[in-house]
Amino acid sequence: MERGAIIKHDQSKAPKTGNWRYMKPEVDKEKCIGCSTCVGYCPEATIEMKKYKEGQKDKADIDYEYCKGCGVCAEVCPVKAILMKKN
Amino acid sequence: MNKDLTKHHAPGHSACAGCAFPAIVRTVLNEAGENVVVGNATGCLEVTSTLYPYTAWKVPYIHNAFENAAATISGVERAYKILKKKGKVDKKIKFVVFGGDGGTYDIGFQSLSGALERGHDFFYVCYDNGGYMNTGNQRSSATPYGTSTETTPAGKQSFGKMEVRKNLIEIVKAHGVPYAAQANVANLTDLKKKAKKALETEGPTFLLVFSPCTNNWKFPTSQYVNIAKLATETNFWPLYEIENGKYKITYEPNSPKPVAEFLKTQGRFKHLFSEKNKPVLEQIQRMINEEFARIARLAEE
Repeated sequence: MERGAIIKHDQSKAPKTGNWRYMKPEVDKEKCIGCSTCVGYCPEATIEMKKYKEGQKDKADIDYEYCKGCGVCAEVCPVKAILMKKN
Repeated sequence: MNKDLTKHHAPGHSACAGCAFPAIVRTVLNEAGENVVVGNATGCLEVTSTLYPYTAWKVPYIHNAFENAAATISGVERAYKILKKKGKVDKKIKFVVFGGDGGTYDIGFQSLSGALERGHDFFYVCYDNGGYMNTGNQRSSATPYGTSTETTPAGKQSFGKMEVRKNLIEIVKAHGVPYAAQANVANLTDLKKKAKKALETEGPTFLLVFSPCTNNWKFPTSQYVNIAKLATETNFWPLYEIENGKYKITYEPNSPKPVAEFLKTQGRFKHLFSEKNKPVLEQIQRMINEEFARIARLAEE
């Protein structure tokens, strides 16, 4: 039991919501223009802009541990660089 | 996992796939900085983010009951002020409350009204999904006219909810608050700006955010941004703010689309497109035009 009934945040206790997913978003890094529109809209905040190639803009990268596969990122992408595929 | 976005609210929560409020919570709290205390009314957000033994909250978080989120944060804020006066705390702390429309419009209304009247320095954010979605889509006073819900089902005799939604912003404004605004999750820059302004303002501030619900509005999980965008494009959900009694429209669509474009994206309005319910659809369009004209008139003054 926690002292004083205060529950501390512990990411290791987090349910891995990635197993909810039945469609998997995949980023086409060549197509991605690095606008980061998808980042703010992702309900799980699983998308991060990561370095892909030298001299290029950072590209969207998805953390599949928590991604629930809702498909919002694929929908908001202005260049359709994210495709939903069967998990 | 995005490190910048998860400083306050982490993934691992059990909100539905394609839910809108996590984006609202993160955008608002990112503006609040490190020293923030969060209060929460009962609702989807509370239920999904606090699954024992896990909590998605990385900041001090209090959930008390459905009806007293604003009263609870009032107490915390007053205690902080006294401790600060005594020199026991020297940090600048912000107080943010999140409530759904059930916990704000209906059940938590008296405590919100009381806290606004007492003038505590806090920021109330209501994510409005137009009903009690957590318990299975019962009507609330935020449910739009003509919506089919569990408690106002559309059928032979009924076209859904027959009452007009409560105009909460006007009621909040009547308390004489320094800042009240309406925002939309589809426009995160606007939401960010309004949250920043509200947090910088001394005294009680209020923000009403449009938050589509994939499960009970009956649309595919991938569509929340598109639907929220349509709500503003059709003037169903105008974006405006009231600063010290002065109205300002922050975004106005160049040529508003007919409201049917927004309604047809959702299953809860499906019945409105039958021959019998044509007058209802026209009535909704009329009401939206009138409401927008009223706000535009006030903004011009």
